[in-house]
Amino acid sequence: MAQGTNHEDSPRIGVYICHCGLNIAGVIDCEKVAEAFKDYPGVVVSKDYRYMCSDPGQELIKEDIRKYNLNRVVVAACSPRMHEPTFRKCIAEAGLNPYLFEMANIREMCSWCHTHQREAANEKAIDMVRMAVEKARRLQPLETIEVPVTPKAMVIGGGVAGIQAALDLADMGFKVYMVEKSPTIGGKMALLDKTFPTLDCSICILGPKMVDVARHPNIELLSYSEVTSVDGFIGNFKVKVLKKPRYVKEEECNACGACTEVCPVEVPNEWDMGLGVRKAIYRPFPQAVPSVFLIDKDSCIECESCVEACREQGRDAIDFNMKPEEVELDVGAIIVATGFDLYDPTKAREYGYGRYPNVITNLEFERLVNAAGPTGGVVLRPSDGRPPRRVAFIQCVGSRNVSAREYCSRICCMATLKHAHQLKEKSPSTEVVVFYMDLRSFGKGYEEFYRRVQEEGVRFIRGRVSKVLENPDTHNLVVRCEDTLSGEIVEMEFDMVVLAAGLTPPSDAEHLQKALKISRSPDGFFLEAHPKLRPVETHVPGIYLCGTAQGPKDIPDTVAQASAAAAQASIPLSAGKVVVEPITAQVNEELCGGCRICESICAYGAIAVVETERGAKARVHEAICQGCGACSGACPSGAITMKHFTDTQILAQIRALTVGRW
Amino acid sequence: MKEFKPLIIGFTCNWCTYAGADLAGTSRVQYPPSIRLIRVMCSGRVSPEFILEAFKNGADGVLIGGCHPGDCHYLRGNYMALRRFLLLRRLLREMGIEPERLRLEWISAAEGGRFAEIVKEFTEQIRKLGPSPLKSGALRRL
Repeated sequence: MAQGTNHEDSPRIGVYICHCGLNIAGVIDCEKVAEAFKDYPGVVVSKDYRYMCSDPGQELIKEDIRKYNLNRVVVAACSPRMHEPTFRKCIAEAGLNPYLFEMANIREMCSWCHTHQREAANEKAIDMVRMAVEKARRLQPLETIEVPVTPKAMVIGGGVAGIQAALDLADMGFKVYMVEKSPTIGGKMALLDKTFPTLDCSICILGPKMVDVARHPNIELLSYSEVTSVDGFIGNFKVKVLKKPRYVKEEECNACGACTEVCPVEVPNEWDMGLGVRKAIYRPFPQAVPSVFLIDKDSCIECESCVEACREQGRDAIDFNMKPEEVELDVGAIIVATGFDLYDPTKAREYGYGRYPNVITNLEFERLVNAAGPTGGVVLRPSDGRPPRRVAFIQCVGSRNVSAREYCSRICCMATLKHAHQLKEKSPSTEVVVFYMDLRSFGKGYEEFYRRVQEEGVRFIRGRVSKVLENPDTHNLVVRCEDTLSGEIVEMEFDMVVLAAGLTPPSDAEHLQKALKISRSPDGFFLEAHPKLRPVETHVPGIYLCGTAQGPKDIPDTVAQASAAAAQASIPLSAGKVVVEPITAQVNEELCGGCRICESICAYGAIAVVETERGAKARVHEAICQGCGACSGACPSGAITMKHFTDTQILAQIRALTVGRW
Repeated sequence: MKEFKPLIIGFTCNWCTYAGADLAGTSRVQYPPSIRLIRVMCSGRVSPEFILEAFKNGADGVLIGGCHPGDCHYLRGNYMALRRFLLLRRLLREMGIEPERLRLEWISAAEGGRFAEIVKEFTEQIRKLGPSPLKSGALRRL
């Protein structure tokens, strides 16, 4: 089909300028803009209206399509990324092909960003509408393409977010692959002792869910595995996953633990934040899922004592020659639940973390107070193993600080209140002081918990700590701070200082962002498609977010968001098919010289040059074409173009701005 | 003399820079009203023809906006844009157009502030360069 002027079937264009209340009309004179197009060639009707996207607004367009026999519609309003689908649907309901619609973004790109330059904004709005009209005149009807959906999902990350999302989808009947980079699922929640404000035992509520994941017939768990690449599109993703070698056969190991007992190597245990030790062959913690040991090859001395011990148990689970294995998965939807890393408090040098042994993080405190931790749940200070009598908590370490992280990490206030309570519970005479800027106890039951902790005798001093000093003889710590309520400088001595370190995106977020082609916000967390209305979707259809991967949040919010992401992901999975935009490349064989430049440029292999009766010609495989248009940008003869973004259309937009202007 | 109001045409990819410009708007970040955006799906779509057409008709500046290297929604379209950009700058110089009038910027969907900054800075730069030498119509025969 030839593109170009011969397709401009006497356009009858309707132009609609939206006031969007005062969002647009507060800056731009919408009536004047509409007026400017009343006698414009091809425009049959030009109107302004208060809310085009409202029901009466859409009715207005539909009525005009019938009344004036319109065959093209232009709406000047918000971003097409917001309401293009709305208006496409609207004109389709009136019998027009939905692709005969064009939008001028006079809100986000005009009234909102040129608020105080009314005259220039008006001029720009008229330019933008003229561009849209000139493009609309050249629009061609397109038929959407339906593609089947692989009814399987992949969940990346096995913390409480990933676990909830995977279980929900699996219960709906979909096959789910859970990919977890650590040797066990459970995430950060598995390391916690209690959860605020109910003081539920963390592993007691999470452990059964972890076991459910392992046992669910619809879930395939790929632990100790990482996503290396993701190709394809909604409904049809192709994922490559690298399974790292455990050096212990998952199907053979029965987790008897005989290997660990004989292993002579002891190294700091990362699951205890390095406060305790583990062996070179180990299981992260007793509730680990899968309940399988692994060998840390970096510290293993290959004495093979574990191999002997395993054989004595009548098994042969250890294999030193295990190699990394690449697995390919076909999935229809992807949920990103990769969680967070703790802010590195060595960057806040004034608090002395890493230099003073008795300055610890909130997550380290969590391990000390945990019965499964290195001290069996007795809080002891690292320098001498004695129980601390005076403990300080410093809030907002790394958070709410423009030179570190600007955002509030949202969980540290409540985590500290919980820790303070636990200290008072175990030993009521312990002196506990919390240094804070603001205490944010906003969730259900949180404020009540704050009050309870106050009543337990915990002292709260409002002020940001300027310095922590150590007495090198006693390893006691002096905290210096301005009490901003009294205006006095306070200096107090403590046995231990706990830093409420904030949340940061995990270190591998960048790798995943590139693999998935999704965006991150300036804080580094993954960006949702819309902050209010599409909080669990990404800009890439078929990829969803939940938990702290999207931003700091507590466990209830994480679980709610995980269920929301599962529900969103289930939409394409249960529909069984998705509609793909018919924006694909198109070859005009009359012009194509078969030079093969497009073939070499296409990143998807969607173009093949074939021999025809009239010589070599490029052919596009529409189901593979993703619609980027790199081929048409490179074609030297103008033979290949993009539907809906044709050369003719774009050149017309350029001319609409320039020709006759000077 | 009439005040010089620069006209910049921006070709921006749907996924990163166009979304970044949307964010500048939703965040109410203010920038000069000199730029008009043409949305394409990928910066790799931008044919040299579009840029030459813009300059031929008297545009004072052209901005191509794509995803950061490695972030292209279509794997490597932005690299195509980069290659063409580098060649076009040389071509423009041959044609007597200051190459600084053509800019390529990587602006992500999260960089609304950066989009505004770039438009501000580019507008200033164009203002210093003055109106496009092609405004006179001298090269309109091209």
